[in-house]
Amino acid sequence: MDSSHTTTGGLPQEKNSFDTKAIWKTFWILLAITVFELIIAIIYYETQFFPKHILNGVFVIMTLAKAFFIVAEFMHLGHEIKNLVMTIAIPACLFIWFLIAFLWDGSSYHTLRVRYDSYYDQQSKTKVVNPEHKKEEEGKKPGKE
Amino acid sequence: MAHTVPVGQKWWSGGKSPFNVEYGKLMMWYFLMSDAFTFGAFLISYGSIRFSSSSWPNPNEVFRSFPVIGEMSVPLAFVSLMTFILIMSSVTMVMAVGAGQIHDRKAVIKWMFLTILGGLAFLGCQAWEWTHLYHEGAWWGRNPFLNIDDTQSTTNFTNYFFTITGFHGFHVFSGVIINIIMLIKTWRGDFERRGHYLMIEKAGLYWHFVDLVWVFVFTCFYLL
Repeated sequence: MDSSHTTTGGLPQEKNSFDTKAIWKTFWILLAITVFELIIAIIYYETQFFPKHILNGVFVIMTLAKAFFIVAEFMHLGHEIKNLVMTIAIPACLFIWFLIAFLWDGSSYHTLRVRYDSYYDQQSKTKVVNPEHKKEEEGKKPGKE
Repeated sequence: MAHTVPVGQKWWSGGKSPFNVEYGKLMMWYFLMSDAFTFGAFLISYGSIRFSSSSWPNPNEVFRSFPVIGEMSVPLAFVSLMTFILIMSSVTMVMAVGAGQIHDRKAVIKWMFLTILGGLAFLGCQAWEWTHLYHEGAWWGRNPFLNIDDTQSTTNFTNYFFTITGFHGFHVFSGVIINIIMLIKTWRGDFERRGHYLMIEKAGLYWHFVDLVWVFVFTCFYLL
């Protein structure tokens, strides 16, 4: 597909734009964010110190930050011209609608299920007896759905 | 962040790419957009089902094993190692792209080789994790884990876990194959003869995308 391309689309200036330092900086940022996420995940697991939904918000923000650094630095999009950035960024905004619509739908289904499906509601309140035995019983237990 | 375009420059008047990138690279970006929506659909469907469930298994309980050390419980340690491997291989991939831009064939070979090693290490880790979960009784249609509040869990948890990490693992696998082909072509001097290493850049875009998806898979399955 590219054998006929002798020109590279007119970007010889890119040859000088490669910056090893910026790459390593990005690497350390990504690593630091991941380690931080793990630390708070484990602290929460051990202590249940803060409400889980606040923690989830922190995780989502950190994930978006990591995604930004990967796309902007590793995939080099942050150094391309605005036309290209917009042709990627604008369609990606569909995800905002996508997330709101489908998560809302899921939670509405949950509300309806709890209200009208008494079997489901009861099941979701019944603790499985002897959770210690789950090790032996593993694999035999059929899924509910 | 974007390059500032000289005022009055007409990008759309023809004669040059309005996006200032080579055709194949632009098309790789569009392919990755479509792939992003495929993964997005999977992950949002997972989120939708999770929001419709009263409870869900605790990832810290499910993913707490590590090879060799046996029964010791180390929540999330193994999956962080996998994340580290993938980020690291993304770095070596950028280095290969950078070496390609200055036509340093030897360096491209070295960095591509390291990237392939990273990809294989990641796949090895995933194979171990799947095998381990399989032996604990988890598979498509089988879920041995209870919800976090000790109520009976559904197979939604395992179905989504194996489908999405499997689809991602398949992407890693194809990325490794693409990288091996690029390594062979570099080694044979194909890109040197062609005069540019743009194919390495396109393979690089794909490889970083795989890393990007992992960031989201990691958050959705192991942290939330």
